[in-house]
Amino acid sequence: MIAYLIRRMLYAVPILVGVNLLTFALFFVVNTPDDMARMQLGIKRVTPEAIRLWEQQKGYDKPLIFNRGASGTGKITETIFWQKSASMFWLDFGYSDDGRDISREIRTRMWPSLAIALPTFLTGLVFYISFALVMTLFRATLLDAAGVALCVVLMSISGLFYIIGGQFLISKLWHLVPISGFSGGIQGFRFVVLPVLIGVISGIGSSSRWYRTIFLEEMGKDYVRTARAKGLSEIGVLFTHVLKNAMIPILTGVVVVIPLLFMGSLLTESFFGIPGLGSYTIDAINAQDFSIVRAMVFLGSLLYIAGLMLTDVSYTMVDPRVRLS
Amino acid sequence: MSFVPVVLWSDALVYLLVAAGIAAAIYVRRHEHLLLPWRRVGKSSVALVSLLVLSFFLLVGLLDTLHYRVVLKQGAYSPEVLSVFDRLAEPLRLHVEKTYSAPLAITLYAKESMLDSNGRVVRDYPRLKYAGVGIRDAAQRDADVARRVGTGALLGLLMGGLVIRMAKVQRRAVAISLLLISALFGVTLDLSLAYHVLGTDKVGQDVLYLSLKSIRTGLIIGSVTTLVTLPLALFLGVAAGYFRGWVDDVIQYIYTVLSSIPSVLLIAAAVLMMQVTMDTHPGWFDTAASRADLRLVFLSLILGMTSWTGLCRLLRGETLKLREMEYIQAAKSFGVSSMRILSRHIVPNVMHIILISLVMDFSSLVLAEAVLSYVGVGVDPSMVSFGTMINAARLEMAREPVVWWSLASAFGFMLTLVLAANLFADSVRDAFDPRLNRS
Repeated sequence: MIAYLIRRMLYAVPILVGVNLLTFALFFVVNTPDDMARMQLGIKRVTPEAIRLWEQQKGYDKPLIFNRGASGTGKITETIFWQKSASMFWLDFGYSDDGRDISREIRTRMWPSLAIALPTFLTGLVFYISFALVMTLFRATLLDAAGVALCVVLMSISGLFYIIGGQFLISKLWHLVPISGFSGGIQGFRFVVLPVLIGVISGIGSSSRWYRTIFLEEMGKDYVRTARAKGLSEIGVLFTHVLKNAMIPILTGVVVVIPLLFMGSLLTESFFGIPGLGSYTIDAINAQDFSIVRAMVFLGSLLYIAGLMLTDVSYTMVDPRVRLS
Repeated sequence: MSFVPVVLWSDALVYLLVAAGIAAAIYVRRHEHLLLPWRRVGKSSVALVSLLVLSFFLLVGLLDTLHYRVVLKQGAYSPEVLSVFDRLAEPLRLHVEKTYSAPLAITLYAKESMLDSNGRVVRDYPRLKYAGVGIRDAAQRDADVARRVGTGALLGLLMGGLVIRMAKVQRRAVAISLLLISALFGVTLDLSLAYHVLGTDKVGQDVLYLSLKSIRTGLIIGSVTTLVTLPLALFLGVAAGYFRGWVDDVIQYIYTVLSSIPSVLLIAAAVLMMQVTMDTHPGWFDTAASRADLRLVFLSLILGMTSWTGLCRLLRGETLKLREMEYIQAAKSFGVSSMRILSRHIVPNVMHIILISLVMDFSSLVLAEAVLSYVGVGVDPSMVSFGTMINAARLEMAREPVVWWSLASAFGFMLTLVLAANLFADSVRDAFDPRLNRS
């Protein structure tokens, strides 16, 4: 399995190179550093000196890909591509516009993100699967139909509504928990409850319906008929056989997102004032801080690829027939 | 009053889509085997009712797409680009109050200092300029509203009944929902002549008008995106599956790279860069409307560029399966060219996947627009959309007393549109999916 993982990691390299080239093209070729400087400094009254100073401060005063002026390896390394884009491979994300070290920000900000995203993910998973199992158990009855109808309505509601409505109802009208904020330790709990609750509710519609489809597909298979013929109760069939066999499709959709939990959720974090990576990204977008956005894009795809590898490993854990070699 | 028609970029794309839709409909009508799954869609009452609701939204969106500019004196054009819908809803558009007012209110929402008839300063709720003209107090307002609801509903029902008779609607669910919609339309129309049915927002604009204007933005985001997704996914997916080898490797590489970037981040990065480009090229647009419009088109294109990978993967898989089928093998051994095999035998057989995936994507795109506008990478702030409405109204929830109607209308309209689209998409999937057993 180690050999397999190493090979997968090598496969990941060209994909990350692609992501890197794509972001480089987006951020430096579509618009030159000159355009960005003009944008940052204001479009109208801007002198060439001011642009040059801005580029010098940010380290954008180099050629894009190839530096004729430099000597030796400097021809490659003394360029924007090498210093701003390729450097992300050794996780050197550089500095944001306000002069902070992006890598350090990421290291401190991923924990608040995780504090919200992980409980949401776990609670959601348990709840959605249980709800889907109940619907499957009562399939083709009124209860199932009502459940599906509820799911369709819930998934047609905008995610913004859940957040705004939840904040209004629970924090403003009922004063149960603070509207927004964050703190570490035990007292941080009251800040976490509402975002987690809203996160779980907003996912019910699409997730439960998806799990129900998976379970129903399994219910139609031959081994279920055999299990019933053996005299197993419907609940027994569902929990011991169907749930286990549905693990592969469930894992396919679920495990990929686990590494991405570190990135947090843009919406939740900005509405609840959580100092995580999601709100970091939103602030960067609003302040047009391109180096942070670039770093997040790269980090996001890195974590996604890690998630794909994790998915493969998880298959071997639930299905003995799957061997990675 | 003379006018010149204006075709914005998004309008042109909508016309293209409508033309393609009509052409496809004519083609399908002529081929019984293509018509069959649509007949199955037609058997479902849910599908028909949601289609009815959708067509109402579509009508508003299309009317709002026919843009024109009024010709002023001496051959000069008005700088304002209007649409046929704006013209129809002119009272709603022009009746701008000072600031917030509640639905069906006759006064503003906050007290102000005013001079009374004796010249003394009093604090009271100022009357609205355009709502409830000639109405003295709340009791009289209630009576007037009740009267208008009655006549509006009656007229609406009559109109609905007439349509049912003319179109010979037989399905009961469809007839009932048609009556409900026309009654609702009648009531809203009659009330909107004298009141702000859904209140007014911070700058006094009618919320009903804004909600109706948002429909077009949502529809465009949901449909113009298709224009990018469809050709990319179709050509690349089918080519990868059919030719295999290095073509497959290259295409797989491209879509793996694109799909490995979390979509919100990729969209954000692309939109940020688009903003820079548009800011450095102010010469591209002649009016504010065309600037906002171009941004909307670019946003749709970017959404398309980031969302074709899923469909492409599906199509590649299906093509891989199809190319091993006997009829394709037979065509190959007869020496039919690759192009002809692709166009005659493969593409028609993956059409159902495309259709299902497009109708399923529509609603998520409408929802995504609101989120992206909140994040700051959505439509132009000057463009009316559900996202900008929600964004503007979000902070009003913190006011005391709370201003809820802008948010409620934006979410309400969005829910209706997305729910109808979801239900319709489900019926289409059920009718087209060959995996479902059908007797």
